[in-house]
Amino acid sequence: MLNIGMSIPRLDARKKVSGLEKYAADFYGLDFVWAGVKRAGIPHARIRGIEIESAKKIPGVINVLTCRDVKGSNRQGVVRKDEPVLADDRVRHCGDAVALVIAEDKMALSRALEQIIPDYDPIPGVFDPEEALKTEAPLVHEDNPEKNLLMKGFLSTGCAENAFNECDAVVEACFEVPFQEHAYLETEAGWALLNKDDRLEIVVSTQTPFRDRAEVSEAIGIEEEKIRIIAPYCGGAFGGKDGVTVQSLLALAALCCPERPVKMWWGREESFISSAKRHMARLYYRLGAKSDGKFHALEARIYYDTGPYDHLGGVVMALGLEHAGGAYRIPNTDLKAWSVYTNNPVGGPFRGFGVVQVTAAMEQMVDMLAVELAIDPVELRLRNALGKGDKNPIGVTMSGSTGIEECLATLKGNPLWEDREKWKSKAGSFKRRGAGMTSVMQGMGYGPVVPDVANAKIELTEGGKFRVFCGVVDMGQGNATTYAQIACEVLGQDIRDMELVLPDTSKTLPSGSASASRTTYTFGNALIGAAEILKERILKCANRVFMNGEGSDIALIPGGVRNIPSGQEISLSEIAGLLGNSERLAVSRFQAPVSTETPAEDPILRVYGVPHVIFSFGAHAAFIEVDELTGRIEVVKYITVTDCGRIINPQLFEQQMQGGVAQGIGYALMEDFVTERGFVNTPDLATYIIPTAMDMPDMDSITVDAYEPTGPFGLKGAGEVACNGPLPAIANALADACGIRVLRSPLTPERVLAEMNKEK
Amino acid sequence: MKISFILNGTETCIDVAPDKRVIDVLREDLCLTGTKEACGSGECGACTVIADGETRLSCLMLAAQLEGRNLVTIEGLGSEKSLHPVQEAFMEHGAVQCGFCTPGMVLSAVALLKKNPGPSREEIRKGISGNLCRCTGYQKIVDAISEAAVKMGRPDK
Repeated sequence: MLNIGMSIPRLDARKKVSGLEKYAADFYGLDFVWAGVKRAGIPHARIRGIEIESAKKIPGVINVLTCRDVKGSNRQGVVRKDEPVLADDRVRHCGDAVALVIAEDKMALSRALEQIIPDYDPIPGVFDPEEALKTEAPLVHEDNPEKNLLMKGFLSTGCAENAFNECDAVVEACFEVPFQEHAYLETEAGWALLNKDDRLEIVVSTQTPFRDRAEVSEAIGIEEEKIRIIAPYCGGAFGGKDGVTVQSLLALAALCCPERPVKMWWGREESFISSAKRHMARLYYRLGAKSDGKFHALEARIYYDTGPYDHLGGVVMALGLEHAGGAYRIPNTDLKAWSVYTNNPVGGPFRGFGVVQVTAAMEQMVDMLAVELAIDPVELRLRNALGKGDKNPIGVTMSGSTGIEECLATLKGNPLWEDREKWKSKAGSFKRRGAGMTSVMQGMGYGPVVPDVANAKIELTEGGKFRVFCGVVDMGQGNATTYAQIACEVLGQDIRDMELVLPDTSKTLPSGSASASRTTYTFGNALIGAAEILKERILKCANRVFMNGEGSDIALIPGGVRNIPSGQEISLSEIAGLLGNSERLAVSRFQAPVSTETPAEDPILRVYGVPHVIFSFGAHAAFIEVDELTGRIEVVKYITVTDCGRIINPQLFEQQMQGGVAQGIGYALMEDFVTERGFVNTPDLATYIIPTAMDMPDMDSITVDAYEPTGPFGLKGAGEVACNGPLPAIANALADACGIRVLRSPLTPERVLAEMNKEK
Repeated sequence: MKISFILNGTETCIDVAPDKRVIDVLREDLCLTGTKEACGSGECGACTVIADGETRLSCLMLAAQLEGRNLVTIEGLGSEKSLHPVQEAFMEHGAVQCGFCTPGMVLSAVALLKKNPGPSREEIRKGISGNLCRCTGYQKIVDAISEAAVKMGRPDK
């Protein structure tokens, strides 16, 4: 019976296809009430007052709350706590929450929300990250000593300024990438109940139950021990539920109607307007090489628009900065990035976490340089690809498994890629075909300072099965199933005998966020430790029963333990009966390895996660067809070649690759979260277009034979790396097909056509 | 208002406001939370149900429109123990990730296969193009529906 390396269908699939899995949005409860939020509807204003009395009088309305009713700090945020739960003196973007309504039914709720009319004194806003850094720009936070700057980071190696003079070819461009909406199908949802004993229970769609508990406690002013957060499977998250969404609001609502369940479920428009987005960014790049194709100098200036709140915007910027030069050896670099406050929608974590933006710029620069030097794009990347022991573009030694060269070499030899000229020549009339490629990489975990820790717990039940207490949320990636596979492997059991307990601050142990491509790596390692401890106890106990000496030849088999020489067996339920209750439980802690190098003089960058030691890598290729008449790009085929270490479950791995590519293709071609002076022009799925089944090509998900020695069974994170590829691969394919570069994405038909017409 | 209809094979009579959305009737009054809401405006397909053999969006349908209909929701398609072949194929082929689009997607696939028992991959893509999925990139969903079509087409199934 093999576990590791097998495509075992995820354990949650049966309940999900049957419609029986309960998501946070599916909790109602007897005598429940609805809570809803009045949104600002204006990007920047002082609040003179909020008239709530007439809303309170509407039949069915239980209460209307404003910031005055918040007993705690009324501030949320992971790094800088700058976001009010309910706005106090001003609103800073259209989605700010200004009042909270609790009502008996949805009708009363919506009437009350309409009835609340805040008295605003509009103030000029700022809507562009570079504009926001100018001295005369309106201030988003008047108390921020650095004005509209949230955070900046500078990293360099060698001397880029002089090195550009030594280059034989230099390319330069400015790219702009838009806000991207997560568009998870399950919008923000939760359910809360203040129990008789004053304990607050919150069921919520979240990536971060333990951190949420601390945040809610501080913001609302309830002791942390009194809050329990339960995190069912999410209906999608992708970073958008990394941090508080409905939690504090639900807590406030529950406090004012004790012993009655409160439900909150944002509508799609509310979700789009108020939730965090992938940061819009503007990136100025200059890359130079010697005539032999060796990269010699890189300069980058990167501006991330974080909207009005931190919401991990500094950390996102730091990761982007660390990845700004890609998976290459570049001896002279000068990299600078800024994360800037504006009155646009909130920028925040989204799969890729700042790396998507820089990869789009860097990988187009590489192709532009390939054209200048007349070197094949794969060959150029191969000449510069990082190997283990090399220093990366921020001067840090690559000490983890580094398979970028293998990925590139595999793509180079792929028959589709090799035969691309033939394929291109077969384009129909008014069509042009192109093939483009890119490298991708993604650092894993929290970096050197914030402890990247997981605590696993596993129990041998009285019935002789195993119960895995998952510390990290499964938001759809399937990590819970992978945990079961890992425990099976260590304990020699069948996956059907594994039971999963999903994250719950009262049952499972704190294990950090479901983010940063860390979930299976960090928790998996902790789980191996816990399962080994339990295994040893079981074998020891069995040895006593078999009356064997130490070191006898006995083995765990499905459902029991066998004394190999005698063939005698004892069942796991019997063992469970012999072990004490505390012995049937094993826990183990794992902390991810960190880098000891300090690439920057600025120590704050280490706190913000720079540098990482373990990276996943990939090489992608996009095969596209461009309609000369409409400018529309169709992606016909997409290939990913990936180094994520050893693959524990190929089916789940492919899901991550294909899903990441789909979000990347959306980002490359159609997803454009449009705002106009802070007002959202794309508030729904009719105006913000995500890919349908007809927009997606078939994808090949290829792996290289890789192994990360520190990973559980050799694994590295796979959740994010794929989404970095599609924009640069498709943009490079467009250049290949039509000889044009559309520097502002997404590459919509209008933009492509306009650029094609310029060429004529 | 009293409304009579067949729900998942059972004669059902409910007393609800005629203008209540069918998705709310299902989720709030009948505790059938398998039908999901993800946009509330007919753009995503998550709330798909089958009414008289045709897919319908339950967020755009009002309770009064249920009168006399034969309604199938995801809960009525198969049981957890005995799945419909389309559900089985979704599970086996990895077509489920977060699973929030899954009920609607499965019902659209069932309706598609009823009309076209042997669809090409392109026809499948077109058939489910009204159902948005944010996790999978659709490839494994298309694989699953192709496989289900083959299995359902076999007389020995």
